[in-house]
Amino acid sequence: MHEFLTGIFFWFAITVCLVGMLVRFVLYFRGLSWQLDRVAYKAHPKAGMKGAFRSIYKWLIPYGTYGWRTQPFMAAAFFGFHIGAVVVPLFLSAHNIFLENKVGFSLFTLNAGVADFLTWLAVVCAFFLILRRIVLPEVRILTTLYDYFILFIALAPFLTGLTARYHVGDYSFWLNLHIFCGELLLIAIPFTKMSHVFLFFASRAQLGMDFGIKRGGMKGTKMAW
Amino acid sequence: MPEGKYCNKTPVNTPEEVNFLLSDTSGNQYYKEMKNLEVDSDLLWATIQKTLKSRLRTWLEICAHCGMCADSCFLYLVNDRDPKQVPAYKIQSTLGEIIKRKGKVDNAFMRHAMEVAWAQCTCCNRCGTYCPHGIDTGIMFGYLRGLLYQQGFVPWEMKIGAGMHRAYRAQMDVTNEDFVETFEWMVEENEEEYIGLTVPVDVENADIMYTVNAREVKHYPEDLAEAAILFHAAGENWTVPSEGWEQTSLAMFAGDWAACKMQVESVYAAMEKLKPKRMIGTECGHAHRATVIEGPYWAGRENGLPPVESIHYVEWLAEALREGKLKIDPSKRIRELVTMQDSCNYVRNQGLKNATREIMSHIVEPGYFVEMSPNKEHNFCCGGGGGFNGIGLFRKQRNKGLEKKRDQILATGAKLVLAPCHNCWDAIRDLEEEFKIGIRWSFLKPIIIKMLVLPDHMKPEE
Repeated sequence: MHEFLTGIFFWFAITVCLVGMLVRFVLYFRGLSWQLDRVAYKAHPKAGMKGAFRSIYKWLIPYGTYGWRTQPFMAAAFFGFHIGAVVVPLFLSAHNIFLENKVGFSLFTLNAGVADFLTWLAVVCAFFLILRRIVLPEVRILTTLYDYFILFIALAPFLTGLTARYHVGDYSFWLNLHIFCGELLLIAIPFTKMSHVFLFFASRAQLGMDFGIKRGGMKGTKMAW
Repeated sequence: MPEGKYCNKTPVNTPEEVNFLLSDTSGNQYYKEMKNLEVDSDLLWATIQKTLKSRLRTWLEICAHCGMCADSCFLYLVNDRDPKQVPAYKIQSTLGEIIKRKGKVDNAFMRHAMEVAWAQCTCCNRCGTYCPHGIDTGIMFGYLRGLLYQQGFVPWEMKIGAGMHRAYRAQMDVTNEDFVETFEWMVEENEEEYIGLTVPVDVENADIMYTVNAREVKHYPEDLAEAAILFHAAGENWTVPSEGWEQTSLAMFAGDWAACKMQVESVYAAMEKLKPKRMIGTECGHAHRATVIEGPYWAGRENGLPPVESIHYVEWLAEALREGKLKIDPSKRIRELVTMQDSCNYVRNQGLKNATREIMSHIVEPGYFVEMSPNKEHNFCCGGGGGFNGIGLFRKQRNKGLEKKRDQILATGAKLVLAPCHNCWDAIRDLEEEFKIGIRWSFLKPIIIKMLVLPDHMKPEE
């Protein structure tokens, strides 16, 4: 089982994820229409790029936008969760040892204490994000079962990973389940709302171009995100 | 009876058709007929497939249902935080649902969607700037309005408004002759007080081509005289076109994209015929949005720009004051607390926040100008944008919507509100009528004329 999960299935998951993301990314930008969107993307590439980068950059900074600042608790839970969700899978030392063995290269690695902290941070923040969905009427009305499903596939690798890391129960069972959940997540990225991991950049870039080109950027006014 | 006499899917194209629709008082029969109007699901779905491309598709797909847009919406805030007023909910339960059902929705659903599209969203685009994914619900509601218009589910006044543009190339039944005659009459009325005042019609190669809002011609003709006085005082070489003078577009509020194109092309044709250096529009928000910001796209101009450089009236005013073309008598500056309304259509949608503040610095004694909070790109809609002001059926909802602006104004302590936008001006007038908070409101032109130092050549002989 372990061999299957770290062998064929690993390659399958990573290929589906990367190719899927690439295809959807290309389709997104090819599907932009200057006339339907009413944004002259091609006529003003410089203003568009400036707007796009600014809009992405500002929203990636914790409390970097008016929107984040008006909802400080949401911003804290959001960044707590997302920093862990991005940094831990990429820079965990165990992941990189695996990567080194598999493809012969690895990335910078986190020390164990930091990794533990970020993982717990992600789990605790996810708990608050779920709580928010249950408690706040304006979020509850929007929330569907599908949203919980997405949260579940995002959280499963963390929960199984922690169980394995602290050697609770059968280590190899939890490790395999962890790998399986991680690979499931990779496969889900191009096909579900998980696509936001890359479409966030596309969508933000689009609105950034809109503001950069049409809604003030070319008048020398930067949108106050 | 799927298609009614008054309420149907066919646009109104001629003065006779407009009058016929107007003859149905308050649209009573129109809305009765709407209850039986058939939904052409095939057409609806085919239109969606043709026009719903990656931007809107992705927006609907990746909305994280996080609710961060809730607090950005003034209609959510004034309606006691009703979760049904959360922007994401409003669009997902209307446009999102139509797509989910592949256009197979019934009459009741479409009438509900009409109410959400025109009475629960003013397309102010504020939510778009508060969404982490950059989802602009206002844009999606504009799109939904187009689908609803095509199916005949559009408020009576909006159908009339769009029809006016089709029949008259103006938002009201004002002909080209009416426009020129009214302008000339207003200038004559004022020429004794302002020596040399004229209205140059159809002058080629002028520095400025001025365009207006048809309701100035019909209801507020003094506005035309004021524009003439200020251009004359500033020594500008200006003109008005006898055709293509209407800058507004109720068709944009109605979602009648074909009429939007007809309307804006009439203005662009005037630009191409008269070849002015610049076009300047009156103190109107949506008119600027329609003709300068969105118009180029309706007209198929790939560079997204009108044929000649086109600026808003406040940009010209700021420039004229800065360069000393218009001189203010410092002793006549405003010496009471005064606040100013940022129009969504040219501030949030074109970033023109500094021009108005520069004007304030010239016309208000330091210390008397009070900002609303929030302001600039983050300001709230006046409460009557996107056609909301004009729809009788939704008057109750609109009046509720005015509460946010009322509270913002009250918080400034100012009794004078400057509103360089027809829609905002109307909404603020109506909120005074509704809540009696004791405020006065004004466009910039009359305020500036009162404190203007007239150049000698314009002064009447003693």
